[in-house]
Amino acid sequence: MTWADFTLAFFSLDILRQAWPILLSGLVQTLLLSAMVVPLGLLGGVLLALLSTVRSPWVRWPLMAWVDVFRSLPPLVLLVFVYAGLPFAGLEVSPWGAVAIGFFLNTGAYYGEILRAGIESVPAGQVEAARSTGLSRGQAMAWVVLPQAVRNVLPDLISNTLEVVKLTSIASVVALPELLFQARQAQSVTFNATPIMAAAVAYFVLLWPVVRLLSRLENRQLAGRR
Amino acid sequence: MAAIVRAHGVHKHFGALHVLRGVDLEVAERELVFVIGPSGSGKSTLLRCLNRLEEPSGGRIEVDGIDMLDRRTDINRARQRIGMVFQSFNLYPHMTALGNVALALRKVLKLPRAEADERARAALERVNLADRAGHYPGQLSGGQQQRVAIARAIALEPRVMLFDEPTSALDPELVGGVLQAMRELRESGMTMVVVSHEMGFARAAADRVVFMDHGLVVEEGPPEAVFGAPREERTRAFIRQIDRH
Ligand SMILES: Nc1ncnc2c1ncn2[C@@H]1O[C@H](COP(=O)(O)OP(=O)(O)OP(=O)(O)O)[C@@H](O)[C@H]1O
Ligand SMILES: [Mg+2]
Repeated sequence: MTWADFTLAFFSLDILRQAWPILLSGLVQTLLLSAMVVPLGLLGGVLLALLSTVRSPWVRWPLMAWVDVFRSLPPLVLLVFVYAGLPFAGLEVSPWGAVAIGFFLNTGAYYGEILRAGIESVPAGQVEAARSTGLSRGQAMAWVVLPQAVRNVLPDLISNTLEVVKLTSIASVVALPELLFQARQAQSVTFNATPIMAAAVAYFVLLWPVVRLLSRLENRQLAGRR
Repeated sequence: MAAIVRAHGVHKHFGALHVLRGVDLEVAERELVFVIGPSGSGKSTLLRCLNRLEEPSGGRIEVDGIDMLDRRTDINRARQRIGMVFQSFNLYPHMTALGNVALALRKVLKLPRAEADERARAALERVNLADRAGHYPGQLSGGQQQRVAIARAIALEPRVMLFDEPTSALDPELVGGVLQAMRELRESGMTMVVVSHEMGFARAAADRVVFMDHGLVVEEGPPEAVFGAPREERTRAFIRQIDRH
């Protein structure tokens, strides 16, 4: 393969110009998808983390089972099951619906574990101080514990969010026209790898600032611990 | 004089451990009661039962006429009348001094922000920390943090204040400022229950000293009597021991 062949296969401006509209629509879908699944996962995570503060074994054991199951299942398997499996039980789910359910279950379990660790990192004296001034359990959680919990596990939350955004590419298997799906479409009609390359670059440009931010936070936490 | 705190026959178990074994404690309005006793005798547990941070396993507790152990009692409302100061301050590290003091004013008393801040500022003024309102706990000395904690409690205008070893986590040179704030609080007429080993403060400010051992009140009386001429052998041994420090 010559240099010219190489650039033609991966970096062809002509191809890029042709594929641009379809890639852009894919990027928009990926952004929309992320804007849906990250809050959804966080919501699930907060619910699970709050449930984890309940001492009763009637909550504890089912919760543990839930989290274990959805952290063990590969997200791709989960997604395919929701999309292609549930219809056999008479439950038709749209691609967006399947992605929403799959990510809520999978991502929620991960965010839940991170937030639970955060909540447990807040000393008991904080809640006692809050309760001693008349705050209810819920108020103490909302104003005293959760803000500190989130701050204590912020790098983990960001890191998980990064993974979640990357993971939205699995929506391509249920034919949701996000960035990877569109790039594959463009690649198959142009017989050229440039669209895939462009998608990779788009992911990188999107996520690299987050990666940088994460590194800085992690370094700062390390420095703070010293 | 009317009693603000009436605790009768209070028991507390932690599993098999019987930590309070029928404690009686009455505190009159404007009285300052000092609670002393060896480590593990149940002093903290007693204080924490009074505002039900710990659930007593038996007995009766009334604070300002409210039955603290009645299931129908709104515990969050009852706790507004009972301020508590902890050994380790327990300030909220993510809020400024002002924010720490104002939180309950806003969320519990539901005061609008401006009014809550104003009252919080006045409380900080009372512990001589008005100029530190915008500082975070991490930017304050231990003594200043403890005074903010006192301000956080008194801002709710409680009927009684509970102090659990408020100076024992402090460097010696910072103790004075906290004791000064407590002295001023006492002069303003606050009813106080203080667990502490600050014997000098007890001698100067306490109306009554209660000596606890093994989950029971062993002896009580005016400070001169308990420190100067203790009746019980256990009290004598304890006082000999702390006087050596
Ligand atoms: N949450 C708990 N679970 C189990 N045991 C506890 C708990 N809190 C206190 N205890 C035990 O109860 C006993 C009394 O403790 P408490 O803290 O009331 O003593 P104290 O008089 O305040 O002692 P110190 O002077 O060391 O603060 C101790 O044996 C302690 O280990
Ligand atoms: Mg104690």
